[in-house]
Amino acid sequence: MSLDKKQFLQAYRTMRTIRDFEYRVSDEFGKGNIPGFLHLYAGQEAIATGMCMNLSDDDYIVSTHRGHGHCIAKGGDVGDMMKEIMAKQGGSCAGKGGSMHIAAVEKGMLGANAIVGGGPPLIVGAALSAKTLGTGSVGVSFTGDGGSNQGTTFEAMNLAVVLQVPAIFLFENNGYGEGTAAGYAVGSKDIASRAAAFGMPALKVDGADIFETYKTCKKAVDHCRSGKGPIAIEASITRFRGHFEGDAQQYRGKGEVKRLMKELDCLKIASDLGIKQKLATKAELKAIDAEVAVYIDEAATTALAASSPDVSELLTDVYSSAY
Amino acid sequence: MPIKTYRQAINEAMAQEMRRDSSVIVIGEDVAGGAGCDGERDAYGGVMGVTKGLFPEFGESRVIDTPITESAIMGAAAGAAQTGLRPIAELMFMDFLGVCFDQIYNQAAKFRYMFGGKAQCPMVVRTMAGAGLRGGAQHSQNLTQMVTMVPGLKVVCPTNAYDAKGLLITAIRDNDCVIFVEDKFLYETSCDVPDEMYAISFGEANFLREGTDVTIVGISNTVNKALAVADRLAAEGISCDVIDPRTTSPLDEESIIESVEVTGRLVIVDEMTPRCGIAADISSIIAEKAFGALRAPITKVTAAHSPIPFAPALEDAWMPQESDIEAAVRAVLGYVR
Ligand SMILES: Cc1ncc(C[n+]2csc(CCOP(=O)(O)OP(=O)(O)O)c2C)c(N)n1
Ligand SMILES: [Mg+2]
Repeated sequence: MSLDKKQFLQAYRTMRTIRDFEYRVSDEFGKGNIPGFLHLYAGQEAIATGMCMNLSDDDYIVSTHRGHGHCIAKGGDVGDMMKEIMAKQGGSCAGKGGSMHIAAVEKGMLGANAIVGGGPPLIVGAALSAKTLGTGSVGVSFTGDGGSNQGTTFEAMNLAVVLQVPAIFLFENNGYGEGTAAGYAVGSKDIASRAAAFGMPALKVDGADIFETYKTCKKAVDHCRSGKGPIAIEASITRFRGHFEGDAQQYRGKGEVKRLMKELDCLKIASDLGIKQKLATKAELKAIDAEVAVYIDEAATTALAASSPDVSELLTDVYSSAY
Repeated sequence: MPIKTYRQAINEAMAQEMRRDSSVIVIGEDVAGGAGCDGERDAYGGVMGVTKGLFPEFGESRVIDTPITESAIMGAAAGAAQTGLRPIAELMFMDFLGVCFDQIYNQAAKFRYMFGGKAQCPMVVRTMAGAGLRGGAQHSQNLTQMVTMVPGLKVVCPTNAYDAKGLLITAIRDNDCVIFVEDKFLYETSCDVPDEMYAISFGEANFLREGTDVTIVGISNTVNKALAVADRLAAEGISCDVIDPRTTSPLDEESIIESVEVTGRLVIVDEMTPRCGIAADISSIIAEKAFGALRAPITKVTAAHSPIPFAPALEDAWMPQESDIEAAVRAVLGYVR
C-alpha cells in the first residue's frame, strides 16, 4: 500500500513541480507580470499530490482560490496554466479565468473557485453523475479549514450522505482562513469529527508526509469506488506564503512561519524518507529538481512572450451558441 | 478642512457612530483579523483596512470577527437588528451576495412590511464592489441592481470621501436595512472631509457640474469618469450636467428629470451589465416621465453582457471607459430625427 519506487519518484516530481511553479509565479507577480490576486499552494504539495496519484483523468476534483497545486497534480498543462495566470492567449481558460479560476476540465479538474465553499456542492453533483452514469469515477473537493465552516459545505456533506454518492471531502487545514485561526473559526475545533457527524467516515492525516497522504487518500478513494458513499479527510498542514501574495501576515506568531517551513516541508520530508527507504538516491532527486527547473522556466518564458487575448474574445463563450 | 481618503472617511463614520451609540456593532470576516492567532489582533482591519483601529477602541464584543459564513453573518445581523442592536455587517466582496442573499432580501428587507410595521431591521451591509482590479469573474462585480430592485432595502453608492462619511452616518442611523456599496477603486481617493459628524440625506442627488447640452448620470465610480469627460468636453464648448444620484434606492428621479428638461439629452453610465440594470431603470423612468423633453434617444453606457474576464485587455473592453462616455455624448449631440 505504500509508494513503490516509480510512484515515489513521480510524487516527488509533482511536488517539486508545484513548489517551483508557485515560487516562479510569485517572482513574476513581484515583477508585475501577473495581474490580479495570487494565492499560493507552496507547503501544501503533499496533499494534492497524495490524492491525485490515486485518481485518473476520469475522476473529478474541484478546488479553491488556492488551486494551482490541485491543477498541476491532476495533470493540468503547466505551460497553459502559466499563460492563464499571466492572462495570455493559449491560457487554460483563454485568459478569462486567471489564477483563481485555474482549471483543466479535460483532466477532470473542474475548476478553482473564488467563492469559499463554492466547490463542495459541485463535487456532490460530479459524484452523482458518476453514480448515475455508472462510470466508477469519484469526485474530490479540496476545501480549506475556513471553507469547512461555510453553509454550502455542510449542506453538501449532508446531501452526499443522503444520496450515498462517491464524494471525498478533503479538508486542508493550514491553520488559517485569511487572518483568522482555524482554532477560533472551527467551533468544534475538529473538522474531521464534525464531518463524521454528518454520517460518513472521516480520516485524519499529516499533510506534510507524502507517504501518509498517499495512503490515507487511497483508503478514501477505495471506499468511494467500492460504492460505500462519501468520506472525509482532514489533512493538517501549514502554508508557506501569506494568504495572498503581499500579505504581511502580522497575525502569525514570531518566527512561526520560519519554524513551520522547516518542520513541515513536504519535499524535505519526502527526500529524507525516500532516500532512507531506498526508493531514490540523492542524485536521482537532484536530477528531477534540475529537470523541473528547466520545465518551469520554459513554461514561464513561453508565457511571458505570448500575447494578450484578442478583444474579439470578449463575448465568446457566454452562451453555448450565438446569442 | 482636513483632507481624508474614502477609506478614512468610512472608518471615521463608523468610529464616531460607535462612540455615539453603543448599540452599533461591526461584524464580518477579518474585520479585525488575528482571532485565535499567536500574532497581532487587528492584523487586517478588513481586507482593505477599512475597519482598522475599531477593534482596539471598541473591543471584541463590538468588533466581531466571524468564520467564513456569510449567510449566518447577514442573518445574525438581521436578527440582532430586530432585537436592539444596530449592526454594520461586512460582506467582503459584493460578489459574495450569492452566498447570503436570502438573509438579506427575504429576511432583512421584509420584516417591517411582513410583520405589519411591528418589526424593524436597522442594519447596514457594507460591501465592496467594482471591476478593473483584475479580480476575475467572482471578485469584480458591482451588483447594485440586484439589491436596488428589492423593496425594503435602501442602496447607497458613495463616489467620494465626503459623501461616504455623510451617507454612512445616515445609513447607520436609518431604521431600515441599508446596502452600502463601496467602490474599491476609490479607497485611496481623497477630498475635504469635516471632522464633525454630518448626515447626507438619502434620495438627494449631487450635481457635480451644471450644464445645458447633455445630462450625464453616473453610478459609483463611473460618475468620476463622466466628470473627467465633461471637463474635457467643456473646452470644446460642450456643456454637460453631471449628476451623481448617490443612492439608487431611494432614487432622486426629480433631479434627473429637471436636468433632462433643460438638456433634452441623457447619457447614463453604469459599470454593471446592461440588462435590468440601474441604467436601464433610469432610462425607463425618464422615457416615461420626461418623454416630451427628449431631443435624442436615451443612451446607456454599460459593461458588456458577459461575466467579467480576467485578462486586462478583455476587462478594459468589458467595462465602460471614458472614451465610451465621450462617444455617447457626441452621439446624442449629433442626433438628428
Ligand atoms: C464566500 C466567500 N467569502 C469570503 C471570501 C474571501 N476569502 C477568500 S479565501 C478566504 C480564506 C479561506 O480560508 P481557507 O478555506 O482556510 O483556505 P486557505 O486560504 O487557507 O487555503 C477568504 C475569507 C471568498 N472568496 N468567498
Ligand atoms: Mg486555511
